[in-house]
Amino acid sequence: MTTPKPPVQAEVLRIAALARLVLSDAEAEAMTPELAEILAHVAKLEEVDVTGVEATAHAVGFATPLRDDVSRPGLDLERALANAPERIGDGFGVPKILE
Amino acid sequence: MTALCDLSLTALSRALARGEHESSAATEACLARAADTKGLGAYLLIDAEGARRQAAAADLRCRAGQRLGPLDGVPLALKDIFLTAGLKTTCGSRILEDFVAPYDATVVRRLKDAGAVVLGKLSMDEFAMGSSNEHCAFGPAKNPWDPTRVPGGSSGGSAVAVASGSAFAALGTDTGGSIRQPAALCGVVGLKPTYGRVSRYGVIAFASSLDQVGPITKDVSDCALLLETIAGHDPKDSTSAPVLAASATEGLEAGVKGLKLGVPKEYFVAGIDPEVRTAVERAIATYAGLGADIVEVSLPHTEYAIATYYLIATAEASSNLARYDGVRFGLRRDPGRGVRDMYLQTRARGFGPEVKRRIVLGTYVLSAGYYEAYYDRAQKVRTLIRRDFAAAFAKADLLVTPTSPTPAFRLGARLADPLQMYLADIFTVGCNLAGIPGLSLPCGFANDGMPIGLQLLGPAWSEATLTRAGRAYEREHDWSRRRPPLARP
Amino acid sequence: MSFEAVIGLEVHAQLLTRSKLFCGCATAFGASPNVHTCEVCLGMPGALPVLNREAVTLAVRAALALDCTVHERSQWARKNYFYPDLPKGYQISQFDRPLATHGHLDLEVEGSARTIDILRIHMEEDAGKNVHDDVLAGSRSYVDFNRGGVPLIEIVGAPQIRSGAEAAAYMRELRRTLRFLDVCDGNLEEGSLRCDANVSIRKVGATTLGTRTELKNINSFRFVAAAIDFEIHRQIAVVEAGDAVVQETRLWDAQAKVTRAMRSKEEAHDYRYFPDPDLPDLVLTAAAIHSARATLPELPAAKKERFVDALGLTAYDAALLTEEPELCRFFEAAVAGHKNAKGIANWILNELLREARGQPLAALKLTPESLAELVRLIDDGTISGKIAKDLFAELVTAGGAPAALVKERGLAQLVDTAGIEATVDAVLAANAGSVAAYRAGKTNILGFLVGQVMKASGGKANPKIVNEVLRRRLG
Repeated sequence: MTTPKPPVQAEVLRIAALARLVLSDAEAEAMTPELAEILAHVAKLEEVDVTGVEATAHAVGFATPLRDDVSRPGLDLERALANAPERIGDGFGVPKILE
Repeated sequence: MTALCDLSLTALSRALARGEHESSAATEACLARAADTKGLGAYLLIDAEGARRQAAAADLRCRAGQRLGPLDGVPLALKDIFLTAGLKTTCGSRILEDFVAPYDATVVRRLKDAGAVVLGKLSMDEFAMGSSNEHCAFGPAKNPWDPTRVPGGSSGGSAVAVASGSAFAALGTDTGGSIRQPAALCGVVGLKPTYGRVSRYGVIAFASSLDQVGPITKDVSDCALLLETIAGHDPKDSTSAPVLAASATEGLEAGVKGLKLGVPKEYFVAGIDPEVRTAVERAIATYAGLGADIVEVSLPHTEYAIATYYLIATAEASSNLARYDGVRFGLRRDPGRGVRDMYLQTRARGFGPEVKRRIVLGTYVLSAGYYEAYYDRAQKVRTLIRRDFAAAFAKADLLVTPTSPTPAFRLGARLADPLQMYLADIFTVGCNLAGIPGLSLPCGFANDGMPIGLQLLGPAWSEATLTRAGRAYEREHDWSRRRPPLARP
Repeated sequence: MSFEAVIGLEVHAQLLTRSKLFCGCATAFGASPNVHTCEVCLGMPGALPVLNREAVTLAVRAALALDCTVHERSQWARKNYFYPDLPKGYQISQFDRPLATHGHLDLEVEGSARTIDILRIHMEEDAGKNVHDDVLAGSRSYVDFNRGGVPLIEIVGAPQIRSGAEAAAYMRELRRTLRFLDVCDGNLEEGSLRCDANVSIRKVGATTLGTRTELKNINSFRFVAAAIDFEIHRQIAVVEAGDAVVQETRLWDAQAKVTRAMRSKEEAHDYRYFPDPDLPDLVLTAAAIHSARATLPELPAAKKERFVDALGLTAYDAALLTEEPELCRFFEAAVAGHKNAKGIANWILNELLREARGQPLAALKLTPESLAELVRLIDDGTISGKIAKDLFAELVTAGGAPAALVKERGLAQLVDTAGIEATVDAVLAANAGSVAAYRAGKTNILGFLVGQVMKASGGKANPKIVNEVLRRRLG
């Protein structure tokens, strides 16, 4: 598989929006060549023969541990809501969501 | 006479045990030093009141003959990435500027249970993304050996506090060198333990498969002592290993006779500062003189380590940082045009340029059509890098390398070129990709007075061997005992 | 032009655990907002997931019951998207390497057998709930995370369903299976069982699939067939009008009985799945999978067959008794106490269901053991059917041991012939006209006379003996 072409500015803006980031024109203009340069370096990995090589997703070799199904009290409600930018009743307030 | 806050942690601990000093005095000394060195920007938050209360409690226990252990009453500080119940935890970011942690990180709980005094929270690159501490939303920290230079990062504040004596030790985190590199640049000791040895619970995630918590200390003995307190299995962290590793404090003085030290040939190539190279070569000679066997080893995939690291780290980070959305905590900007716009504006305002750059890069490499070319391939190369280390450790007990290719650089010097900044992580990222432990300790000074760091790498769970080897070298030199000029009274 | 529908169902089933999938918060339904939350299920910085063992046990049980291959190694993946009810900005799910694959569900649709393949079963955490409460929130919404992190399995069926009726049959059979396994309570209204349908149409005989819509919000069993059939007909109408079906998510509107496009236009999905670095792989040993298979409870279809073959029930009764696990368990427990399965089945299906009036059986005072005892008292002739019915009503509301009540109240049948003869004689004396009529050939008047004798005995006389004595006296 060959490395894709570096992204153009419109692509950078699309990816940023996917990550819920809005970039100013100046930010997008600066970031596009920076990403291109980084991705050009990253393209080095194409040289490596990875045929038959397993991916490493975790730095540990053991299986995920399992906990007993015991229900415990969580955070005190006030503590859970203490950092909320907007509180509505005992809920986290947000702009109206239409479905 | 040495100021109280210039003692090592080990020395202070002994003095507290013997009743020669009180925790309250040591705490005041650190607070005073922090005030004197405020310009270095080590601290983002000082909890003087809390620290004094904890110190007084420690003194009471000590007088009652109920000292909890070697850390009881020792004033420490924490990188602002560790959640501290009731204290602000910002991770160096505007998006968490007013976030008060609702719970304690496991390591924080362990330190508190051991009686340690928590002085405050230390500066860092935003979300631990950086190698210079210049990406902190609240201003850079500065190198105590020369405040026009960077202290390294991302645990820059931690290294500065320890080097300048405003904390006896600090905790940092290391994703690609963030403990070892600032330790090297500030002339102190830093250890990145084996992945899974120290709990990540309550530690704000940058790249979860690479992040590891470790001590930054004045010397290797302090490092071993602090590691013993923070290490151990945590049932709240599924990647915490249920392993009982050898104690790093026992056999610390046993020396390196017969130990095989490997020198990876790929680490001594162009790009390395000549003074750094010379200092590391001298250190290797010192080891040979102490009876270690020096062998050449090869880590053939070294040139791919940076690419692999930045792909994996940014991909994981892009997901880890999705929770900063202005709904449950943290900054919110809501221009009143609905949820989507709230997200866009909140995150645009809350994150700094380096974090945005990495989120975009990480999102890009995971997105449809790019996953195989970038992320999947990086994970496979990661496997090859792990194999490189396994093969090297079949020939050598430990590896000896520089920590950073250069000593501390000037503030601002590399800000304009992110890739150059990334490439300087070349000697440290392999350790995180392989999940193995790495220790950085001072091995001399450049002509301009900047400290130089030596890195020792070992196989998983070899921290005891690393600290033993580090201690053997430390006994031969006074590098670790030198203090930066600003810290002198 | 003739069309056929291609329907694939994705069913989310909430697992019956006490605590959430990755933290110790309670899974209880109906609590006030955010009381069952902690740093983990609120996605607070630094919090990490630890897997619930029981959730894995239940998921494996469901997978084995649906005849899936359960994989010894499966992987957790993050599904990345932004929504206020998704606290971490990603859902922990499974993607490349799910828990189980390649199963099937056998069902009966309008009398004929069908098999629908199960493509995969994976585990995942539920999201919270966005609440639009105009009184409390006005022009805003708020998020309640009580449900966030509750364990789910997603059962992905193959697109082999052809009609709303088949889809409904599939859902019923799946629900019945999960309920008999104690894996899920199967409540569509409360959302513990959710059905999303991918619906497309194509010309009969075509082999390629048409553009599909994803149908959500089918929150009652009554609507499964209606919603899907509506969508099929809508798509046919679109195509027949010369337009193209748009790929979109549509919601079932139960009031208007239509499907409509979601108002919030979603951008094209790019979930950026990748292995969750916080959770090592889920590893199950072959031995553990084998033992889970060996201890699987008997499934409703097998029970039904056994009730017919071994217990002699009619297919109809057996089907009714294997519809709901509670009823079935009641039946089996009663049969364990007294072997007259047919008699017990009759009492349950005729009397018990009527008396229960929709309440859960556990709320009734009648136990399976006392029903067994009651039927035994009838079978051995101790009490009459009439007495049994009276007693039954009391047992349902007040409880008690039938044999003891019969003894205490002297409800046992009169079987002493001499005593019955005396009663018969008295009745005959008092009804001379009827006696004459009988003797004149109106023999159907016997029933009236039996009734009179029974009445005179307070219902306790054994009707068989009463009949015999009457015939003898009149004959």
